[in-house]
Amino acid sequence: FPKGRSSSLMIRVIRGARTQGEERGVIQRECAAIRAQFRQADNGTRSHNLAKLLYVHMLGYPAHFGQMECVRLIASPRYNEKRVGYLGAMMLLDEKQDASLLITNSIKNDLSHSSQYVQSLALCTLGCMGSAEMCRDLAPEIDRLLRASNSYIKKKAALCAVHIVRKVPELGELFTPASRSLLSEKNHGVLHGAVVLITELCERNPETLEQFRKAVPELVQIMKGLVMSGYSPEHNVAGISDPFLQVRILRLLRILGRNNETASDAVNDLLAQVATNTDSSKTAGSAVLYETVLTVMDIKSESGLRVLAVNILGRFLLNNDRNIRYISMTSLQKIVQTDHNAVQRHRGTIVDCLKDQDASVKRRALELSLALVSAVNIRSLMKELLLFLSSCPPELRAHTTSGIFNAAERYAPSQRWHIDTILHVLTTAGGDVRDETVPNLIQLITTATELHCYTVHKLYRALIADISVQSLVQVACWCIGEYGDLLLRGECEETEPVQVAEDDVLDALETVLQSHMSSPATRGFALTATMKLSTRITHNVDRIRSIVSIYGSCIDVELQQRAVEYNALFKKYDHMRAAVLERMPVIDKSSPGHTNGESAGGSIKEMEPTKRTQEVFSYLDMKYRLDAPLDHVTRPGKTLGPNYRLFMTFVSHSHPPQSVQLQMKAPSGDVIPAHGLGQVTQTVLLNNPNKVSLKMRVRVCYTSQDFVCQDTVQIDSFPSPAW
Amino acid sequence: MLFIYPSLCPTVRPTMPQVPEISMALLPFINNYTHLQCKMRFLLLFSRQGKLRLQKWFTPIPEREKKKITRDMTTMVLARKPRSCNFLHWKDLKIVYKRYASLYFCCGLDAEENELLALEMLHRYVELLDKYFGNVCELDIIFNFEKAYFILDEFLLGGEVQETSKLVVARSVEASDMLQETMEEYMSKPAF
Repeated sequence: FPKGRSSSLMIRVIRGARTQGEERGVIQRECAAIRAQFRQADNGTRSHNLAKLLYVHMLGYPAHFGQMECVRLIASPRYNEKRVGYLGAMMLLDEKQDASLLITNSIKNDLSHSSQYVQSLALCTLGCMGSAEMCRDLAPEIDRLLRASNSYIKKKAALCAVHIVRKVPELGELFTPASRSLLSEKNHGVLHGAVVLITELCERNPETLEQFRKAVPELVQIMKGLVMSGYSPEHNVAGISDPFLQVRILRLLRILGRNNETASDAVNDLLAQVATNTDSSKTAGSAVLYETVLTVMDIKSESGLRVLAVNILGRFLLNNDRNIRYISMTSLQKIVQTDHNAVQRHRGTIVDCLKDQDASVKRRALELSLALVSAVNIRSLMKELLLFLSSCPPELRAHTTSGIFNAAERYAPSQRWHIDTILHVLTTAGGDVRDETVPNLIQLITTATELHCYTVHKLYRALIADISVQSLVQVACWCIGEYGDLLLRGECEETEPVQVAEDDVLDALETVLQSHMSSPATRGFALTATMKLSTRITHNVDRIRSIVSIYGSCIDVELQQRAVEYNALFKKYDHMRAAVLERMPVIDKSSPGHTNGESAGGSIKEMEPTKRTQEVFSYLDMKYRLDAPLDHVTRPGKTLGPNYRLFMTFVSHSHPPQSVQLQMKAPSGDVIPAHGLGQVTQTVLLNNPNKVSLKMRVRVCYTSQDFVCQDTVQIDSFPSPAW
Repeated sequence: MLFIYPSLCPTVRPTMPQVPEISMALLPFINNYTHLQCKMRFLLLFSRQGKLRLQKWFTPIPEREKKKITRDMTTMVLARKPRSCNFLHWKDLKIVYKRYASLYFCCGLDAEENELLALEMLHRYVELLDKYFGNVCELDIIFNFEKAYFILDEFLLGGEVQETSKLVVARSVEASDMLQETMEEYMSKPAF
């Protein structure tokens, strides 16, 4: 019968296929042959055929028809067939397949086989894919092997027990006694398995954890032996004696020492010893040091030890190996809140890592830098962050900008610095900022009253340089619309003033309006700004009139509506234009969830973050123009002449607090006859759930005998049900 | 006529902050009493062209899911620049990978695992393969994939390291091979 490796031949043929289609053809033929062979009686080729099938499976082709063959081969008395059969079972079967149940019996038998290599196969398979049922069934057998077998089997039985405990946690109790005695073994493999098993048991059962705390001294001894022992060739890795075992012991000590003074105390000296004596020039040593640091930070360590641990992390930051720098930063991130000052000492190195080539390292450095920002270091750290922003990878930009904004908001040393910082970010990465940035910046600008002139100058200069960054352009337009008069005055304390004419400013806004780079929202800003300038400039109002009139037939519905309304403001309501477009008051920061539409919002409306609705336009919204009088307008002593058209403008100087909602109903008419012979009423619904005390100021604009008049009424006392 | 200039949008909600991938690092040290999953979830070997050469799964996962994970791993790892850090994040796992000649060794770990040790583990496996095959290369793993698995099964069990001595692993594999050859020889002798 065929000698040698027929699977090699098949593999060679498959690899020789030049196209996917050809490969599929070869595979189909081979699988057909394999199937045929499976159906035949035992002819000594079964293991080779299954091996071939496993190769085909690894290429991604279906191989489920081999499952039963695995079962058969596992039951074979021949080692070579068992070996492949078990391999096949691990590759083709998992606990969800019915066929896996069929191998339980074979495993059971093989666990007590005379050959340890057969036992090994069974243990390996059970530990890899044993279902809960199989685990329950075979647990006593595993326990027996844990106690009475050679070290080759014991170490495998220990890890098998780990798998069983993961599958059926209650069985942990069964293994606890045996695992305790395994700690006195000298064989590293067994010891390692024992430590892993004990760790698993302690993680699942607080009582077991309590029990094993008594083993801390023993574990400390073992660890000391590893650290201080001489060169052991069998377990040595780059000068470290069995780093795998050392790490596992450290991890177990961490679990045992957590929240426990006694256990932690017993371990302090050892940790200091490991920290000092471990050579970290290679990965193996660094792995041990890393685990040591994690353990120190997690148990109740003395403060000196904690500082030592943080310093190790600091040293890691300077390591040439990028992986070690990365690890250091993830660890520092975990402790930056609890050990803030200790981590601050390494801020310089962390900030340097922002310049690292590797994207993962950069990301960690960014996160840590943001966590380290404080009132003390804000200026210098922000410089670094802004530098980082100008060259940071695209996937980090959004996170960086929002981090910078948060930091600036919390620790800005001055308003000017704050505004400058935000403008810098918008210029560098304006496309990657969150949508609330625009209204937030505007709100900030309004509060910095002494800086209006400075701000509008900066923004004007930014606008004429570049109109591609929408967020920046929107804020610039808003500012120019609002503070354009300061721009035109030609003087400024804080910065070099520009010498511009009204036409220049209007040119800038019109460029934005007409540019195809401008989003619809941006154009809305530009149009409104242009309109507002009509009350701030003196010579070129006609130009504004014509712009507004042109956009009255704009295809964009939003712009068209605005233009039409502005047009009306010019035509029918020109006497009100100044009042409507006057300077905004300082805006409160509002809370989210504020409804608009019917309610009079005195503060910023947080916008739904779609490009379309980034409308700071709402600042204008605060001024409602209503063709309706209020009954209080006829005050005693004052009579109105015949035929008044009365208009009321509700002005938001005393804008209602956030919780109050206002709804204006339609007025009953728009003319008050003379001599008090009639009145017009309008109902205003106020919703005042928090029962804040209310004041309302009402400005009334009316024409009386062709004169435009304006009257302001303050209503200080409301009927008591209102609050 | 009512002139109101609110935006035409309905009630506004604040934007949910995007949870950055990096928030993984902020996981506090929690007492893992309910930690049921295996520490190492899988180990994959694949070529520079993304061809799978070895796959070991330590938790039961449906076939379709395995294929998806494999695709994700190969895509992510092959996209890495040459001198990048060997650690990645993927969903809630840490991915540790290392390239040896034309093969990528890639493992998926729980968030609590020690990545540096995982690198050592991958390296140890490569050393074991190298010792066994003598200057191992990808072709050895292709044509002798069962051997690669047998060696792995002497080094790891259930996702954990089972033997920390290179010598012991090498001897065990040798002894198993001897047993296999003896068996095959026995089977090939004509029955009397």
